[in-house]
Amino acid sequence: MTAVRCVDLCKTYRQGEEDIKALDHLSIEIVEGGFVCLSAPSGGGKTTLLNAIGGLDKPDSGEVYIAGRRIDNLSKGELAELRLRKIGFVFQAFNLIPVLTARENVEFVMQVQGVPAAERGQKALDILEEVGLEGLEDRRPADMSGGQQQRVAVARAIVSRPALVLADEPTANLDSKTADGLMELFRELNDHHNTTFVIATHDKRVMSYAKRLIRMLDGRIVEDIAQDAA
Amino acid sequence: MNLVFRLAWRNLWRQPRRTWLTTGAMVFSNTLLVFMISLQFGMYGLMIDNTLQAFTGHLQVQAPGFIDDQKMRQTVEGIVPLANELRGEFPDQHVAARANGFALISSAERSYGVAVFGVQPEYEPRVSTLPGLVATGRFLEDNDATEIVIGAALARNLKVGVGDELTLLGSGKDGSFAAAVVNIAGIFDSGIPDFDRSITEIPLGLFQDVFYMNGSGHHIVLNNGGISGVAELKARVEATLPSDQELAVHDWDRLQPGLQQAIKADMSSAFFMYGILVVLVAFSVLNTQLMSVLERTHEFGIVMSLGLTPGRLGRLVLLETAIMGLLGFLLGTFLGGLLTAWLSVNGFAYPGMEEMAVKFNLPARFYPEVSTLSLISGPMVVFLFTIIAALYPALRLHRLHPVEAMRAV
Repeated sequence: MTAVRCVDLCKTYRQGEEDIKALDHLSIEIVEGGFVCLSAPSGGGKTTLLNAIGGLDKPDSGEVYIAGRRIDNLSKGELAELRLRKIGFVFQAFNLIPVLTARENVEFVMQVQGVPAAERGQKALDILEEVGLEGLEDRRPADMSGGQQQRVAVARAIVSRPALVLADEPTANLDSKTADGLMELFRELNDHHNTTFVIATHDKRVMSYAKRLIRMLDGRIVEDIAQDAA
Repeated sequence: MNLVFRLAWRNLWRQPRRTWLTTGAMVFSNTLLVFMISLQFGMYGLMIDNTLQAFTGHLQVQAPGFIDDQKMRQTVEGIVPLANELRGEFPDQHVAARANGFALISSAERSYGVAVFGVQPEYEPRVSTLPGLVATGRFLEDNDATEIVIGAALARNLKVGVGDELTLLGSGKDGSFAAAVVNIAGIFDSGIPDFDRSITEIPLGLFQDVFYMNGSGHHIVLNNGGISGVAELKARVEATLPSDQELAVHDWDRLQPGLQQAIKADMSSAFFMYGILVVLVAFSVLNTQLMSVLERTHEFGIVMSLGLTPGRLGRLVLLETAIMGLLGFLLGTFLGGLLTAWLSVNGFAYPGMEEMAVKFNLPARFYPEVSTLSLISGPMVVFLFTIIAALYPALRLHRLHPVEAMRAV
């Protein structure tokens, strides 16, 4: 079963007088339960591809399908609903809501999804325990380390068990030990819950965890290799 | 507590100084509005009471049509017994009968045309403040005595004083010649030259005798003590009136139509000023919420990428504003209410007011009138404009694009 399918995607940005091709007739297919790393130098188009897959940005042309449903022609509201229910995001800068505690940050998305209070409270506690943050539920982001914050962000992204998790440089602000811990967590979720992961990175250690490594350059796929994960 | 409410509450206190400054502006304006509106209502009450208690009263029973065309022959028959009946029926009301006509009043040297009112000396001081304004001599005492009270301006014009004799020449109810010689019992000074120049009062018994009224008069005045409950009283009086003669009951609004108009004109100018105050507060809220939204652009981009729609984010901004507005509403209403309640008991005066009050037979202090309306009307408008002011920042979120927003610093 295909989790993500992109067909002939093009996206051009204008930078000053120059047109930058972020996606250049790119096509890709990712199966359910895939653990894919997108690797490219800065400006290579990996974040643009991630944004297109997540419905955060629309391609100039081409088609994007998530679980068989075309999404590039959906409205803003429909895309928001899709992201809310089907896709989890993990960002480089953690991006937690600073005035909410770890537990509340995780609960917030569930509240928007309409999960009843008691259920979401328990789910938040369970997922925080699962990502190794037991006992830190009531801390605010400012009182947590970078690794802990990223774990909260991961917990927030996966608490609703989305079919697809998109991570953009998730280890960029983490030390190597914490980064390894995070990747182990991703792999565990991938193995146990069959969650599809698409991770944009240029961290070689992160790439070593991937089952499939896609190298991009100037908006094109230059290498697509299946590999044995670390 | 609901998580969204908690988020909105905590968002407010990310910048406590800014939130307090904006809330403070609301509290200040709400306190001021509560005080000003209560004072205004108090002043209107005072203005109405003083005007009505000066002479008109809150209700008058008259012959139909008399109010528009005051002819001598449009009378209330048996006016004194009817007044007594009403007094018995409404023991908590002050009731007095009157008659009025026009006459030429002459001293030894001069003559002037004046309005002559026949009043009941015993009851008139309870429905009119005029007896209390007698500055020289005394008010009328005997219902049949041949005496008169006149205004200070008329006394000056006629070159007369207390005890002097005046001649009245007029036309009686039946059209015959009416004449009387009266002594000046007292001279009143209302401070209103027109009033002091043209109004005179004689005992009702004497009036009925001189003007051939045959026991009739022109109106029965009821003083309710205040304007509240006048409509109900009017209905009760109408139901009490005898069926053997056609009579009309008019309330103060019909008797003094200019009074409401003056109040409306004053209210319009006052509300214009209040409007400016409210708009200033609304701009302060607009500024605060716009800044708050702008500095959270990155964060909004994140939550939009998590699946929140701009509509939900807009509602969050409106909720934050509503909480701030509610805080301003509650604190402002409380402080304004407290200040006004204190002043409604202790009164409010300004230098020089006391002398003026003595001169015009007015109370020496103003008392703001605290009511539900005066307490919440101003703060409610501020709250409403606060929400309206937050609509622009909230709607602006619809233009936000998650990817661009996340690039914002």
